[in-house]
Amino acid sequence: MKEVNIEELNMENLNNIVRVSRVKKNFNLGKTQVHVLKGIDLEIKTGEYISIMGPSGSGKTTLFNMIGGLDKPSSGSVFIDEIDISQLDAYELAWLRCRKIGYIFQTFNIIQVMTALENVTLPMIFAGVPDDEAHEKGMELLDIVGLKDRFQHKPFELSGGQQQRVAVARSLANDPAIILADEPTGNLDLTTGDEIIKLLKLLSKEKGVTIISATHDLKMINVSDRVVWISDGKIEKIENRDELSISLGQIGDK
Amino acid sequence: MEQIIKKINIPQKQVVLPFVKSVEIAVKSIKSRFFRSLITTMSLILAISFYSYIKTNSTVISGILVSQNKIAMEKLSTQGYELPVNGGEYTTSPKERWILFLSLLVCVVGIVNTQLMAVADRFREIGTMKCLGALDRFILRLFLIEAMLQGIIGAGLGAFAGAVIALLGSFIKFGSVAIEFVNVNDIIISIVISICLGCFLSIIGVLYPALLAARMQPIEAMRGRD
Repeated sequence: MKEVNIEELNMENLNNIVRVSRVKKNFNLGKTQVHVLKGIDLEIKTGEYISIMGPSGSGKTTLFNMIGGLDKPSSGSVFIDEIDISQLDAYELAWLRCRKIGYIFQTFNIIQVMTALENVTLPMIFAGVPDDEAHEKGMELLDIVGLKDRFQHKPFELSGGQQQRVAVARSLANDPAIILADEPTGNLDLTTGDEIIKLLKLLSKEKGVTIISATHDLKMINVSDRVVWISDGKIEKIENRDELSISLGQIGDK
Repeated sequence: MEQIIKKINIPQKQVVLPFVKSVEIAVKSIKSRFFRSLITTMSLILAISFYSYIKTNSTVISGILVSQNKIAMEKLSTQGYELPVNGGEYTTSPKERWILFLSLLVCVVGIVNTQLMAVADRFREIGTMKCLGALDRFILRLFLIEAMLQGIIGAGLGAFAGAVIALLGSFIKFGSVAIEFVNVNDIIISIVISICLGCFLSIIGVLYPALLAARMQPIEAMRGRD
């Protein structure tokens, strides 16, 4: 197969796919200024499975949005592949969202008027992939998430877990380097949540996708390479998996 | 679970939405939100049919003037139409034109209103599309195409309905004279103008809501809960 994938070359050269440097974020609420992030430094290696944990209001979703280029920091910068994403214009940002990053949301955000397959192929259409190729790959992806025979179903004909699996398939459409999952199990019951977590882990192992997930689901800890604990806008601690299995042994053994 | 996904050749640094695809998505969106589209289209149908009715009526009256049919002209006078005194051409009265203008204005306001609601309904969808790499202009284009399609359908229906009602009405009032002397070309022209006007109004009505939607940051769009 003759193809030069610049993204992959970059990934090999640079160990850190995401680098967060002194990121602060303030929100203005009337006269008062709320400091949501108070200086975050974080480096994420290619292929890692990272969980960002923390209580509600700790700033994890804000951090998540910064990494995903959905929001801009008040100061500091976020680098993806050593490119400062606050320097990108609208077009480059759209390209980044389309190719580099796959998003998974707590609320699934499947486009209601489209079938499962159309949802999965939409990012490929934006990427300029020809119809038949997009169709073929869309089916492959739906097969991986176990929804091949439901490709023509509309979102309202799918359960929450199935919708989230469509979202996982969609996030993979353009072979992104990073998958950002914002509380992917937040709206799912335990078993379905487990399935999604397993699926994400499998993808990170088989395809070497970096997975960054903001969550307060402790089940996520089992599969994470590192867990970043955030509290009150600061990183409290970063734990590696081996440390984790000691400190949280009873949960891991469940 | 061990498939290796075939890597596809993706052209570098490109974000596109081909026109055919935009139309496809727009049609899908209209279909699945049929009721809402119907309401938007309805105000257009009503306004345009009124416009088309008035225009066709004036063509019919011109026809009757040409025929110089005494009975029909008598009837016209008694119904309050101001006929030109010495064989001039019949035109719509200032009052009619004023009412027409008002009805079209109300129609545009109605469209802006329903489209704003439609956009609010679709915050999440717009935000998702932006997260998947859609540019502002993709969103704008989708809304404009939808409005165009609604415009063509609504104005088409309205224009025909208006013309048919006007012709039937005057046939019932004045008998065959009304139809015999009608200038068919004029009626076709007025229908075409009505359709163009309808599309124009539909586009005008969607412009502000669509710009609002297109400029939205993905994160704002996501926050808008549905």
